[in-house]
Amino acid sequence: MASKVATKKSRKKTFEKSEINLKLSKEKKIALFKTVVGIRRFEERSLQAYNQGKIGGFLHLYIGQEAVAAGIVSLMEENDHIITAYRDHGHALAVGMNMNECMAELYGKYTGCSKGKGGSMHYFAPDKRFWGGHGIVAGQTPLGAGLAFALKYKNIKGCAVCFLGDGAVNQGSFMETLNLVSLWGIPVVFVIENNGYSMGTSLKRSSAEESLAKRGEAFGVNWDTCEGHDIFEVRHKANEAMSYARDKVKPFLLEIRTYRYRGHSVADANHEKYRTKEEIETYKKNKDPINLLRKKLIADKTLTEALAKEIDQEKKVEADTATKFAEESPYPPKTEIITDVYWSVDNDEKKQLKGTYFFND
Amino acid sequence: MPLITYREAIKQALSEEIDRDENVCILGEEVAQYNGAYKVTEGLWEKYGDKRIIDTPISEAAFSGLAIGASMLGIRPVIEMMFMSFSYVAFDQLFNNASFCRYMSGGLMNVPIVVRGPANGGTNVGATHSHTPENLVANHPGLKVVCPSNAYDAKGLMKSAIRDNDPVFVMENTLLYGEKWEVPEEEYTIELGVANTLKEGLDVSIITHGRCAMIALNAAETLAKEHSIDAEVIDLRSIRPLDEESILHSVKKTHHAVLVEENKPFCGVDAQISHLIQFKAFDDLDAPVHRVSAIDAPQIYSKPLEDWQIPNETRIIESVLKCLA
Repeated sequence: MASKVATKKSRKKTFEKSEINLKLSKEKKIALFKTVVGIRRFEERSLQAYNQGKIGGFLHLYIGQEAVAAGIVSLMEENDHIITAYRDHGHALAVGMNMNECMAELYGKYTGCSKGKGGSMHYFAPDKRFWGGHGIVAGQTPLGAGLAFALKYKNIKGCAVCFLGDGAVNQGSFMETLNLVSLWGIPVVFVIENNGYSMGTSLKRSSAEESLAKRGEAFGVNWDTCEGHDIFEVRHKANEAMSYARDKVKPFLLEIRTYRYRGHSVADANHEKYRTKEEIETYKKNKDPINLLRKKLIADKTLTEALAKEIDQEKKVEADTATKFAEESPYPPKTEIITDVYWSVDNDEKKQLKGTYFFND
Repeated sequence: MPLITYREAIKQALSEEIDRDENVCILGEEVAQYNGAYKVTEGLWEKYGDKRIIDTPISEAAFSGLAIGASMLGIRPVIEMMFMSFSYVAFDQLFNNASFCRYMSGGLMNVPIVVRGPANGGTNVGATHSHTPENLVANHPGLKVVCPSNAYDAKGLMKSAIRDNDPVFVMENTLLYGEKWEVPEEEYTIELGVANTLKEGLDVSIITHGRCAMIALNAAETLAKEHSIDAEVIDLRSIRPLDEESILHSVKKTHHAVLVEENKPFCGVDAQISHLIQFKAFDDLDAPVHRVSAIDAPQIYSKPLEDWQIPNETRIIESVLKCLA
């Protein structure tokens, strides 16, 4: 029977002392810090470019949520895959996509990770087992199940982690998918990044039951909840979820409570109207995932103040360099509009394909 | 050459491809233990078991999306829509994800899935179960769509669709499932994008696809017998990619075109073909292009009226006579 995973009641447990976190070498802890700082600096720089009118489209910033993607990606084993929705910059950088290709994509440049064809919401890196970057709320959830289905079909031990937001839980496709993965025993971990707001609608105003992960029970899916500001807690809980999926070949639903400092997207000018400034400031002050990690790493002597500052500076320079790279890169040539539409057309070296594929006069 | 049903031809294609490639599997509602709502997959579950022939809950969005996700890792799922009308509840998965993932990733991935099932009216089931969405599919670059009109084509196109590295919709027809045609025992495939001239003629080109091609062929015989009109019948087989050359070649020969399809007329497949003909064969036309489509209203339930609503021999003959008048 599905249930909330039993955890020790003492919430004071320090997650950095849990087994999975004790395994972290000093280098790996520094790498985690670099990842969260990198995501923050990249996004701040992209916001600046957006405000200067240099990039358009939507820009859904992940600022405040960095520990979730960074923590979970750090647990990926060689046969694990991830997929997410449109707030995807953090996941992309965490899997190792570089700032240049990500920034250039925002600019719609040819050097972007999708050659300027996808934009902010549609980053992909199949070579890093990152399958997007999907624009429609919950649209990625059955795809995540499919990645895990493929692992099971091929008898490969691994799991897929499919991220979604607190708004996505109310889409039919997600509920259909939860039933399916439980019914078939699919090793997928659904991670609800609950930042409290589905666009401008608070959780209270959008979900009848505020414990989102509890919905797993209705489908026989084990579930748990987690705080998202402490990367060690994220790693601890996600490790349990991912290990369960891999070992038992079953799905798991993990709700991570987190917070975004910015609006739903940069175009969301109301984000200080549907919530108070104090709410934002209080979270920043008490739960900022980067500050918290820095403090913990200084306390355990992984970092010094000087090294933390140096990393911060390094990431700022990296983001500035990426911006320069993006600005200096060319737009894709017009001929690129009709490439990458069909695999068969792109790979028709011998010109053997029959029929018309594109209907332009 | 053995005479087999359209249904049997599809089943042979599925079975042969399952044998050929361990990554081919079939998912859909009632495809396994129930033997298929229209018995297309009859016996396959018994032969191949749970791994390859998979019953799904009634969750088109979930199993379509799951197939797309699995295809990214090399599985080649064939998903059955009990009716192609049901693809509408999986619209985001099929028309956003299957069609655009390759593009949005700048070509880093591809989605080798097949979406198959009946897409036709004429079965007395009302508007919700009578859609012919080949025009919708063709309107989404990234997707391919074929409409086999007979058992031979159904088998050959299905095998090509399964081997294709892009998402392909195969639009079948419940009214054809029980009809028989000659199908060779030896293996063959039919390339996408190649039309089939069902009957050569000199006076008018009837350009059509799906079951309408068979109706048009009968109409052509009547036109010959009763009106001494020598009609050419072109069966498109594949909508996207489209064999424009065969269409234009025929129209340049007959100077008259009558387009026949079961789609509703507004933005139907034939709207595009009509444009093609006027744009690329304007000077060859001796009369305006004529169209026979489903009468432009939701599909009516009442059987005699529905039979009139979708193209039939009488309406095709009337249209040809008008075009040649």
